[in-house]
Parts: sequence; C-alpha cells; structure tokens
Amino acid sequence: MVEIAVFAVCAAIILVGAVGVIAARNPVHSALFLIQTLFGMAVVFISLEAHFLAAVQVVVYAGAIVILFLFVIMLLGVDQSENLNIEPIVGQRFIAGVVGVATFALMLVTLTGSEDAITGQPQATGALGDELTDANNVRQLAETLFTDYVFAFEATAILLTIAVVGAVVLAKRTQGEMLPTPRNTLEIREEAYQARIDARAAQLEANAAESAAADSASSTGEADADLVEASGTGDETDGGDA
Amino acid sequence: MEITANWYLILSAALFSIGAIGLLIRRNPLVMFMCVELMLNAVNLSFVAFGDRLGDIAGQVSVFFVLVVAAAEVVVGLALVVAISRRRATTTADDLSVLRG
Repeated sequence: MVEIAVFAVCAAIILVGAVGVIAARNPVHSALFLIQTLFGMAVVFISLEAHFLAAVQVVVYAGAIVILFLFVIMLLGVDQSENLNIEPIVGQRFIAGVVGVATFALMLVTLTGSEDAITGQPQATGALGDELTDANNVRQLAETLFTDYVFAFEATAILLTIAVVGAVVLAKRTQGEMLPTPRNTLEIREEAYQARIDARAAQLEANAAESAAADSASSTGEADADLVEASGTGDETDGGDA
Repeated sequence: MEITANWYLILSAALFSIGAIGLLIRRNPLVMFMCVELMLNAVNLSFVAFGDRLGDIAGQVSVFFVLVVAAAEVVVGLALVVAISRRRATTTADDLSVLRG
C-alpha cells in the first residue's frame, strides 16, 4: 500500500515537472521544473533499491548539471523568455505531438501486451544480494564497476577530460582585439525585407509616373510640360528613397 | 495490487515521450538540452527497473555511465551555446544555420 502511494506521488511529481520543463516560457522556470523531476526520480530510485544512484542523482544532476544550466541562463540574460505562441514551421507542434503520443502508445502496447513484459534470465554473477541494505548496494556497485567494467570506467575518465578541455577551448575568449560582432540575424532579415519593400514601392511609383507621362503625351498637345513635371517628381521620389 | 517493473517502465515511457515532444517543439537550445536530460532520465529509470526485476547490478552500472555521458554532453553543449551567443544576439535553434552548405 505504501509502495503504491509512493509510486503514485513520485509519478505525479515527475510527470508534472516534465510537462513544466517543456511548457514553461522562461528557461529558469524550465530548469526549476527539471530539478523537481530529478528529485522525484531520486525517490523512485530509492524505492527500486538503488540507493547510491539516488544520492548521485541528487548530487550530480540537481546539484551540478542544473546549476550549470542556471549559470548559463544567467550569463546569457534571464529576460530571454520565448514567445510560445509563434510557430515557426506550420503544423510543427501538431506533428511533434502526434510523434510523441505515437511513441508512448507504441511502448505502452509493448509493455501491457503481456503480464510481465520483461524477459531474460537473472544473472548468476553480479546478482543483487538478498540483503539489500544501503552499504550492500554501494559495495556491490563498486565491486562490479572496478572489476567487470573497469575499462569502461577508464574510458569515462578520458571522456570527461576531453569534455572539460573542449569546453574550455570553446568558451575561451579570443585574446587581443574583440572580433566584430555580426548583427542580429533577425535585424538583418528585417532590413532585407524592408529594402525589398522599398525597392518594390519605388519601382511601382516609377512605373506609374512613366505610364502617366505616356498617357498625357499621347492625349494632349501640351505633352512637354507634363512630361517634365512627371519625370521631375519621379526623380525626386527616387532620390528620397535612395 | 503490486507495483511491478511494468509500472516503472510505463512511467519511463511517458517521461521519454514528453522529453521527445519538448525537444521537437522548443527552439531555445537550453530548453532543448533539458529535454534531452529528461529523455536520458527516462532511460535511466528503465535501466534501474530492469536491473531490479532481473536482480542484476549491471542496470545500475549502466545508469552510472549514462550519468557521466550526460554530464559530458551538457558541458560541451553549454560551452557551444555560450560561444554562439557571444557572436550573435539571438540563440534560437532556427537562427543557427551557419554550417549550412
């Protein structure tokens, strides 16, 4: 009974946090919802008797990774809240929802298809001990990690070293003169759009002036004065746009 | 009623789907990274559930390695975001087309 209650509460915490991560407008709120999900996951780990991983979950994920996220958010500016109403690609949300729900439905069908979907033989070596105490879990994990998986463990050490070096190289500010910052891409786009509109307007105006001049030239005898006037205004507007 | 491993796997599937949807609809690279973290956590949960069900410590060892890889991924990804944000004002994923051929 207690187990069911713990599972229900943790599942609610995890799923609400996950929905909050993807629905929050502000990245800071997303990070806080992520912490909520990670804490719920730590409690689930404890109920699955993975005590060491529950501690690591809190220390590494909530304590290091999310704080790193928050640092970067603060570094980039907290006011970058995203307008969730605009949809850059039409139908993207709908298709993403369909894909997500279909993935979930597929896994659900697989899992609920049989009474116990998990097949496989329990391992003889490295099996979980009968007395699952806190110390036992840590000892067993350590023994497995430093015997069977010691090469993978060394490889993760190399991976972390490479990641740290890469992060330092990427985040290093270039020495000496600062590089000229390219303008905001949105600004550039808007300017190009405005320039196109201006060019089109100028062209239409020139066409109108030309046709008016042609009309007046053919219809009336006093064509010269009108033509001069029309070309004069045309030049004026062109000069203004340029 | 007993909480079987299937329940944890269904929870894991739901979490994975939510993360996938978020990764597809959000445009802020930071939030996209958070969605990747959600998906990795879902996988971790299923590893631990399988390990518990089969009585095998290897599930927990796998989670340990996933944690390390996730940390490395976040470090490099956030360094990239910082480096990009230094050169342009907006860092939505739609604007990052500098590598387009």
